[in-house]
Amino acid sequence: MTHQTTNTGGGRAAPSFPPNWLKKTVSLAFTVAITLLGLLFVTFMIGRVMPIDPVLAVIGERASQAQYDQVYLELGLDKPLIVQFGIYVGDVLQGDFGTSIRTGKPVAEDIARVFPATLELATLGTLLGVVLGVPLGVLAAVYRGSWIDQLSRLIGLVGYSMPIFWLGMMGLLIFYGILGWVAGPGRLGVFYEGLVPTRTGLLLVDAIIAGDWDVFKDALSHIILPACLLGYFSLAYISRMTRSFMLEQLNSEYVITARVKGLSEWNVVWRHAFRNIAIQLITVIALAYANLLEGSVLTEIIFAWPGIGSYITTSLLSNDMASVLGGTVVIGTIFVCLNILSDLLYRFFDPRAKS
Amino acid sequence: MTRHTPSRTMRIGAALLTAALLSSTALTAQAETPPNMLVIAQRIDDIKTIDPAESFEFSGADISRNVYEPLVDFDPLDLDAGYQPKLAASWEVSEDGTQITFTMAEGHVFTSGNPVTAKDAEFSLRRAVLLNKTPSFILTQFGFTPENVEETIVAPDEKTLVLKLDKAYAVSFVLNCLTATIGGIVDMKTVMEHEQDGDMGNAWLRDNTAGSGPYKLASWKPNESYTLDLNPEFTGDAPAMKRVIVQHIQESATQRLQLERGDVDIARNLSPEDVAGLESVDTVKVVDELRGRLMYWSANQKNEILSNPKVIEAMKYATDYQGMQDSFLKGQYITHQAFLPKTFMGAIDDTPYTLDLEKAKALLTEAGYPDGFEVTIGVREAQDRIDIGQSLQNTWGQIGIKAELVVGTGAQTLDTYRARQHQISLEAWGPDYPDPNTNAGTFAYNPDNSDEAGATGLLAWRNAWALPEMSEETLAAVVEQDSAKRAKMYEDLQREFMATSPFAIMFQQIEQNAMQNGVEHFVAGGATTAVSYWAVTK
Repeated sequence: MTHQTTNTGGGRAAPSFPPNWLKKTVSLAFTVAITLLGLLFVTFMIGRVMPIDPVLAVIGERASQAQYDQVYLELGLDKPLIVQFGIYVGDVLQGDFGTSIRTGKPVAEDIARVFPATLELATLGTLLGVVLGVPLGVLAAVYRGSWIDQLSRLIGLVGYSMPIFWLGMMGLLIFYGILGWVAGPGRLGVFYEGLVPTRTGLLLVDAIIAGDWDVFKDALSHIILPACLLGYFSLAYISRMTRSFMLEQLNSEYVITARVKGLSEWNVVWRHAFRNIAIQLITVIALAYANLLEGSVLTEIIFAWPGIGSYITTSLLSNDMASVLGGTVVIGTIFVCLNILSDLLYRFFDPRAKS
Repeated sequence: MTRHTPSRTMRIGAALLTAALLSSTALTAQAETPPNMLVIAQRIDDIKTIDPAESFEFSGADISRNVYEPLVDFDPLDLDAGYQPKLAASWEVSEDGTQITFTMAEGHVFTSGNPVTAKDAEFSLRRAVLLNKTPSFILTQFGFTPENVEETIVAPDEKTLVLKLDKAYAVSFVLNCLTATIGGIVDMKTVMEHEQDGDMGNAWLRDNTAGSGPYKLASWKPNESYTLDLNPEFTGDAPAMKRVIVQHIQESATQRLQLERGDVDIARNLSPEDVAGLESVDTVKVVDELRGRLMYWSANQKNEILSNPKVIEAMKYATDYQGMQDSFLKGQYITHQAFLPKTFMGAIDDTPYTLDLEKAKALLTEAGYPDGFEVTIGVREAQDRIDIGQSLQNTWGQIGIKAELVVGTGAQTLDTYRARQHQISLEAWGPDYPDPNTNAGTFAYNPDNSDEAGATGLLAWRNAWALPEMSEETLAAVVEQDSAKRAKMYEDLQREFMATSPFAIMFQQIEQNAMQNGVEHFVAGGATTAVSYWAVTK
């Protein structure tokens, strides 16, 4: 007697090949690659069609025609644009972003030097923004119309309307110039330079690893003001968004039901309503973080903070396109990565997204 | 040479801060730098390399001057004395004037401990020619080429260096050029130990130094800071400052705050508003110093209207030199109308043009344009340039010339200018080396005015100005051995230039450095050289 088994859909489906997770990963990688390539292409072309001469940016206006011709060929400008782009992409795939004409160093080395400064500042700024902004937004929604709500609105209004440049200047004047509570511009005092070895590029972390608390205190004293400034702008954005999300939830029927059931206000707000906005907040925070990582150019200039924002801006003004392209790739990659991370967290927190 | 200028937004922000500063209580110095350490706030983002064979930026020259010694050099405390012996103790010129033989001075030592010899000088000068980087023209104008350096730059022994020139140039011309950054002598052995792919140490010297000057480079972080430490092998008088730290601070207002707090000894890029704000601060002083940078406008002679000398003369008389100097350029520029900066050999103080609208209007009528005409002014996106452009727009408008400002980035404006596509261009020019030929050779020299000549480095060519006789006079001046006679030739050349050229040189730059009261002998380099940290005391 033989038994013939047919799968009519009632049993477990046989695993497909290739597996779903692999398909998704490949699809994701493909999307990321196309996005970055597109970004690179647009930036590259803008750099090439700008009505300024990249050769002069290298050699200056006093160079002879022979020197001009030599550099023109060295830069590969005699080749068609698309070929130049192909060569550039090929180099990038091998980790070669070219050499900065402004610093004379490989762009990858420059970015490795300036990016940790921005990362450290943006992370601290975002942390401050989240730690203060989320509770403020929640409280503003819960006590709608109260002084807390008014305060939240005022903070948001000032955050949106005040030029960061002006606020930065005022911050320096008051807290550094007049009160002397914080250190001045730069990442570290001149007397502390070189005292701790560079391991991560994040000065606070490097100082902790080295166990040098004097350097840590000095680095903290330098970073606290620009971080508070950036944190304030994150706070303004995050608190407004949190308030808006919470108001929507607090007016929902399930919240009314929960209150009718006699749950404490704490439980209603934090365990029910807040849990439901956490997913949206992740996107908001990720975007706020990405914006800060992009480099807050003006903040970096005011505080002489050697980050990627001022690096790219100065490079652009000097027509140092290798540096601009390198920086663009880094920032583009960060945006893409934070988007992916945000998606993954969505899936983690929201069971519906998993299906 | 280029220097970045802050954007309009930044300047507005700075002005706001200045206003706040002025209205606040005076800040009192609460910190102090160590007595043997000099801390400076400065914009140093122009440094691309510190290899003397390639470096051609202001801040790079500041480092080179303190790290490398040339054969002849300027005394910072007596710049007017001209070049003096340094690594070369003496020199002799051959009878036909085409050969200069230097005898090396005793006792100079590189940071490596290697003694400085004529072989190092031979290597350094040959290297600069062979590498053929932008500033190499300072040496190759004497006939040195990559092909002939082995015959023309020769050190027969460790004490003697012979330079064989292609013409009997004025000795002052040759020696002035050797004081430039490219004349810095590097340690041959150390440099060649770091050679990569036949680059003669160019990559290594980009951020390392191998000189015999008072200082050595301890660190350089692009766009952040550089630190110079005392050269332990330096055999001259020991500088008072054992360490010099220069921080890159972009904003004038931030530099001012640091100075007032006592965190820095010197602030080098203060705006006129911040300089004015320091007047009430007792602990700091502002020292003015004339630099070599000139501000001018020029007219493209391809343009039919602008090629009329009467029109140009009218526009020169319709330029408000004094008004600009006394208002938005106050303290930053002084009226100067000759192409050689004050303090240069042959410089003159003549200022034949002053604002005279009636005379300008009459000249314009005489030229056949009683109702004026329309013209564009190419202006770089920098506040002082835009202010000057607007002033020209205003005063030229009063005689009927409708000027439109075409504001662009430095690179855009330069491209148009080099391509001879401008009408009026508002520009600045700084000397490349401390000899009058540096400016005469570009303002008053254009041997071939054709487009095909492509002499983009010559300002006269950029403006399509043919000047065969003055070009000859410029060439004659570089071979005049009698220094007094040579100086007189440049004086005459400048007067002729002022009267006939399509250039209106308007201003010479004043650098205002603010420093703590105790800082003495800080010399930024005048019009001829760069800063000398070794002379500073405090």
